[in-house]
Amino acid sequence: MARYDNKKTFAHDDDSVVVIVGSGAGGGTLANELAQKGIDVVLLEAGALHTSKDFLPDEWASFSQLAWLDKRTTSGDWRVAKDFPNLPTWICKTVGGTSVHWAGASLRFQDHEFKAKSTYGNLPGTNLLDWPITLDEMVPYYDKAEKKMGVTRTNDLPGLPGNNNFKVMYEGATKVGYKECHTGRMSINSVTRDDRSYCHQRGFCFQGCTYEAKWSTLFTEIPRALETGHAELRPESHVARIEHDAKGKVTGVVYFDKAGNEQRQKARAVAVAGNTIESPRLLLNSESSSFPDGLANGSGQVGRNYMSHMTASVYGIFEKPVHMYRGTTMAGIISDEAGHDPSRGFAGGYHFETISLGLPFTAAFLNPSGWGKDFASAMDQYANMAGMWIVGEDMPQADNRVTLHPTERDKHGLPIPNVSYSDHPNDKAMREHAFKQGEAIYNAAGATRVIRTPPYPSTHNMGTCRMSAKPEDGVCNKHGQSHEIPNLFISDGSQYTTSAAENPTLTIVTLAIRQSEYIADQMKRGAI
Amino acid sequence: MINLLGLLQMRGNKMTDKKLPLSRRSFLKGSGSVIVGTLAMTSGSIALLAPSRSWALELNSLNDHTGKTLLQFCRHLYPHADLEDAVYALVVKDLDASAADDPDIRMLLQSGVQDLDSAAGGDWLSIGDDAQFLYVDSLQGTPFFEKLRGTAVVSLYNNDMAFAHFGYEGKKGNAGYLHRGFDDLTWLPDLPDKASGPMPDASA
Repeated sequence: MARYDNKKTFAHDDDSVVVIVGSGAGGGTLANELAQKGIDVVLLEAGALHTSKDFLPDEWASFSQLAWLDKRTTSGDWRVAKDFPNLPTWICKTVGGTSVHWAGASLRFQDHEFKAKSTYGNLPGTNLLDWPITLDEMVPYYDKAEKKMGVTRTNDLPGLPGNNNFKVMYEGATKVGYKECHTGRMSINSVTRDDRSYCHQRGFCFQGCTYEAKWSTLFTEIPRALETGHAELRPESHVARIEHDAKGKVTGVVYFDKAGNEQRQKARAVAVAGNTIESPRLLLNSESSSFPDGLANGSGQVGRNYMSHMTASVYGIFEKPVHMYRGTTMAGIISDEAGHDPSRGFAGGYHFETISLGLPFTAAFLNPSGWGKDFASAMDQYANMAGMWIVGEDMPQADNRVTLHPTERDKHGLPIPNVSYSDHPNDKAMREHAFKQGEAIYNAAGATRVIRTPPYPSTHNMGTCRMSAKPEDGVCNKHGQSHEIPNLFISDGSQYTTSAAENPTLTIVTLAIRQSEYIADQMKRGAI
Repeated sequence: MINLLGLLQMRGNKMTDKKLPLSRRSFLKGSGSVIVGTLAMTSGSIALLAPSRSWALELNSLNDHTGKTLLQFCRHLYPHADLEDAVYALVVKDLDASAADDPDIRMLLQSGVQDLDSAAGGDWLSIGDDAQFLYVDSLQGTPFFEKLRGTAVVSLYNNDMAFAHFGYEGKKGNAGYLHRGFDDLTWLPDLPDKASGPMPDASA
């Protein structure tokens, strides 16, 4: 497809290019921002190219098409490790990464969330830290990201029209006294703009938007980067390790191409954006005699502080039909509980967001491992079901981490990642509060039954290469530049110092825009 | 425990055909056993999808007694009183396909049914529903139970007949519900403008 054809290709020994590993929200955005500045970029993506014409309105078939299914193992006390032991996350392996699958909710962090440690104090068992950036520093970049993504309710863009699932949420929210409830700030076109259609309320947001109404790097950043002639996209290129020279600067990457052949791409700088499991895995797999614990891991923090948000869902069953699957999946948000109010018994806050699953995924996720009359009687009420997702801040813990499996190898012979996660007591207290409030919302709207659904395999993944002011506390600085290696950058949600209560993509894009200015400046100065 | 990856691999091979062979043709090909049935409902969503009231499932690997037993077991796992056997037969179809691919699975299913029969004094199918359930319940956590549950939770709810029965529109929604009922819920008040947004203007 011409739109994804490379206008320019770069030689493997061209060491003037910036190599970006991963084409999702972070990597895809960074590629375009750099290319627009005239900087040459090679964008390596492990997944294949699936365009909007290829997407499937079929949950299982789409899952096979888009999800990252390479084997992973799990540990820790989270229920995902029991129910989905080889599927800790629900993210994508495809050009555009998880920006193909995301639901579009685009909320800015709150001021205090950048100062988590100062605000929440020394919670036992946490590895809390303040971000090395403030909201004030981020605001101009949030402005740019919101313009780029076309976030509804910003820049005079209207909200999306509310669907059935939102009507139920709104009724209940209003009745329990919540004031901040609307169809969300969504990176989903409410009007035709940016050469992309308005939302047609398909309800297959997770399966990829065939109308391209939902912002994804697949529809925007990547084709625009290619258009400049300063970027080359190489799909089905799985990066195995990053190489460095004797001076401790990275010099390029080794990757496996579509045919399984090992390739080497030289680079002036490398930006890692493989999402929160693959990014630390790549750094750890890049160990050398100079960096025996993995690249950029002098602090020992690579892979640690894995966060996936405090999540859960509440489903309500009503006497009359809802048809929750009709319409934009997540265009309904309640933010009244998002602030930090320790009187509730926990630090940080959470949002309620509408969610709907089709019949197949409702069966798979409503109560994983569930069966029998109770389960079946809930499924019987599928048409009368409304759903909401709970997404809140989870606490960074040093031992919630991504490590390399001691024995298991992938098809390229690389150690597979193990993902360990256990809830912190703060996460549990917040979830219990959110369950009660969520149930109250649906009961107020007339539910005959409410169901507590445990977390799905994680869609929000953060923190395994975190930013820190001091090199001993984290992996990268406030620009995502690794503390140890000046021309090695972290460009995805792995940078997150703490998770905040907001869906991560907007802030990942914001950080990528900001980082692109820094990289361009550093290159101009000859610092990298 | 759901092994999603295992299910997906199975699905990739065998679950692309979501329609039960609801025609006489299936009697005519293959050499395996056959489970036959008649739709209980002569009207309604599933009857509309079926070319005839009779249905037949040809088995490639399992015998018909095993097939029938597995079907009944699945009715206990996911008991939907008015859901046709024809839909449960899709689970048996996928189990049979998986048994045909993998001798270990075939052994697991066959010996599981044999054990069930011996425990029930010869024929588990012939004892009452409540008595049957006690055996199902007691097997929770065993590989046999988990294979059936893990297959059923996908296969039973991932086909056009189930979609029609439970009220999900599946790929029919592909064009979007913007003009097809995305906001047709009328038993609650209309949303205020500030909480919602305007219908997009196709001419804009």
